[in-house]
Amino acid sequence: MSAGQVIFLLVGAVTLGSGIAAVNARKMLHAALWLVLSLLGVAFIFALLEASFFAVVQVLVYIGAIAILIIFAVMLSRSSLTDEGTQTNPRWWLAALGLLILFVGICAAILLWPKVTSIPAPLPASATDLATLGKELVNPNGYLVPFELSSILLLATLVGAIYTAVEKKEEIKK
Amino acid sequence: MIPLSWYLILAAALMGIGLYGVITRKNLVGALIGLELMLNSVNINLLAFWRYLHYAQPEMDGLVFVALAFVVAAAETAVGLALIISAYRSRKTVDVNEMNLLKG
Repeated sequence: MSAGQVIFLLVGAVTLGSGIAAVNARKMLHAALWLVLSLLGVAFIFALLEASFFAVVQVLVYIGAIAILIIFAVMLSRSSLTDEGTQTNPRWWLAALGLLILFVGICAAILLWPKVTSIPAPLPASATDLATLGKELVNPNGYLVPFELSSILLLATLVGAIYTAVEKKEEIKK
Repeated sequence: MIPLSWYLILAAALMGIGLYGVITRKNLVGALIGLELMLNSVNINLLAFWRYLHYAQPEMDGLVFVALAFVVAAAETAVGLALIISAYRSRKTVDVNEMNLLKG
């Protein structure tokens, strides 16, 4: 077993373990912190896949922004569903059983797929060059339209999130 | 060298865990945490396919796809949390079982 495989197994175990802890933790704040650990594991996986740019983006966007947003939401909605008592639906075992069957099915499908044994070709230098990615994003024959659409989506999200979350005047009067 | 199947199985397990969280959590924020795990498993799959099967000539397809997935994930979380805060303000709860206003 090569060193890369050992690292992968360690990182994968941490990712899955903290993911399980994140969906089972009784306290929401703990769940959010477990989520951070799991996202960090995913960043390591990205680095193992030689996509170091996305490992950095993962840390910046997910851990730096999304996890903080979730912690904000936990703190803003704290008093209602207190951390005592069960945090899951009564039929959680049914979900667990169904998802276990689904997981086994997906694994079987993966292992039966002929291309699963493909060997990664060595990456050409242009593939890890950020300038190439940037040029491809603004290339009219490449990905200009999706790129611009995603910027419109982000603007709409910004406006929509502020409009939804802000306290309306009539609500304050009530 | 790490086989491609390891990445795919890891992503499948992460997807299952996240879906379990989405289905079973009573707390809306908890469901959103599960959703984040699912989105991450998709990104692992995309990057693994990009790394292992990128012999098509433009090599940037997978990377651009992952970048767009990041944008959509960030947008989804921001809107979701705004909705949760708004719902909490009007209903004073984040328990999905108590959000039954549309129930017939």
